[in-house]
Amino acid sequence: MRPVAVIGIGKTPFGAFPGRDLRSLAVEAGEKCLKNAHTAPSQVDAFFLGNFAGPLFVGQNHLAPYVSTALGVHGVPSTRIEAACASSGSAFFHAYTGVASGVYDTVLVVGVEKMTSQPTPKVTEILAGAGDCAGEIKAGSTFASLFAMIARRHMHEFGTTREHLAAVAVKNHANGALNPDAQMRKVITMEQAMNGKPIADPLNLYDCSLISDGAAAVLLAPAERAREYTDKPVRVLGIAQASDFVALEQKPDITTFPAVRRASGKAYQMAGVGPADIQLAELHDCFTIAEIIAIEDLGFAPRGEGGPFTLEGHTARAGDKPINTSGGLKSKGHPVGATGVAQICDLVLQMRCEAGERQVPRHSLGLAQNLGGSGATCVVAILGTV
Amino acid sequence: MSDATGTIYTETVIYSATDAFAAAVPYQTAIVTLDSGGRVTGRIVSAHGERVRIDDRVARVEFRDGVPFFRKIA
Repeated sequence: MRPVAVIGIGKTPFGAFPGRDLRSLAVEAGEKCLKNAHTAPSQVDAFFLGNFAGPLFVGQNHLAPYVSTALGVHGVPSTRIEAACASSGSAFFHAYTGVASGVYDTVLVVGVEKMTSQPTPKVTEILAGAGDCAGEIKAGSTFASLFAMIARRHMHEFGTTREHLAAVAVKNHANGALNPDAQMRKVITMEQAMNGKPIADPLNLYDCSLISDGAAAVLLAPAERAREYTDKPVRVLGIAQASDFVALEQKPDITTFPAVRRASGKAYQMAGVGPADIQLAELHDCFTIAEIIAIEDLGFAPRGEGGPFTLEGHTARAGDKPINTSGGLKSKGHPVGATGVAQICDLVLQMRCEAGERQVPRHSLGLAQNLGGSGATCVVAILGTV
Repeated sequence: MSDATGTIYTETVIYSATDAFAAAVPYQTAIVTLDSGGRVTGRIVSAHGERVRIDDRVARVEFRDGVPFFRKIA
């Protein structure tokens, strides 16, 4: 296996864009990415598309060549990967393996989702398709309710509180307010976050990520050739994908995600680093409790301590372990299939020192964690500027 | 050991649902650890608005379209 680098990034803003269709969003991100890497579409050896539910949200199948040909990428393998909210994290992982193995030299990965063309109850129904439709979903579960049950159990076992959950939302909104591409650039108070409209007890509106349109893209190449394309290459030092049960009821312990532990364990080993070495991270805060558990599963804090770790300010921009300086899914937005690649883009921005007002001083070793469903897929990537 | 009785492992009350469940909100779902082993996700029936909490004992009242409905027992 040979070392791999991210040589280009591109993103659309995230938000509700009534006039934009799925393909135009994906093409905008892909074109920005190719331009960022001074690369022509004809130089792309393979194309991967991360997309969760385009066929249901917008009625289009065969999405990978639908997007890649519109980008001017012709003739090469063009493949869509679906892994719920980890769709483009998984696309990134598979693109990485293609370059690392030597099968491809230059691989373009785009993640996209167009969600706001459907009313909220329909979006809730489509998202529920990432759960076990014959069991938990048939019983009336929504995704918010699955994470609410996780939160309830975490509170019961470890004493996690509503205040801990709210602290995640307040912190991520404070970061997103500084991100010009974020969907909800709004600072919120603890009082607001504690008293939002109930969605699924104990989660309220401020615990839930947004319904979004958007796309993100990255270009990968062998590290030894990266400087032909950019003077700011970022290396993929470690990466792994892991899987687990889809149905929450099948997990022996719902207060931890084994797929996160497995993927991060392998990624740390591959990169030769540990949790204490990571300087910043983009974590999958689909719901506030998910960020708290990720903090624990990634080893940033001991089990049960993710809430206090957040409330104490460790994960703020000025803290010793800044998390979701982009605003996270909570404030930046969560176009499901775009999220995994968007996390990589946001890490790379920090590592290139291009993150503007939200730039953090220590940015040479970063981690991205992308979670699918209630933990059935996880991709963890560790990036470095070494 | 019975698969019709068990203990609440976790629960939630849902206020925002899909169209298919909109008429039922708010409603409670729970993961129940069955006395016979294993866990199942079901609904909680509550005639008088009472709700279950973690470690409460429940009994299955009925299946509706394959979904188990439980209620709290002493």
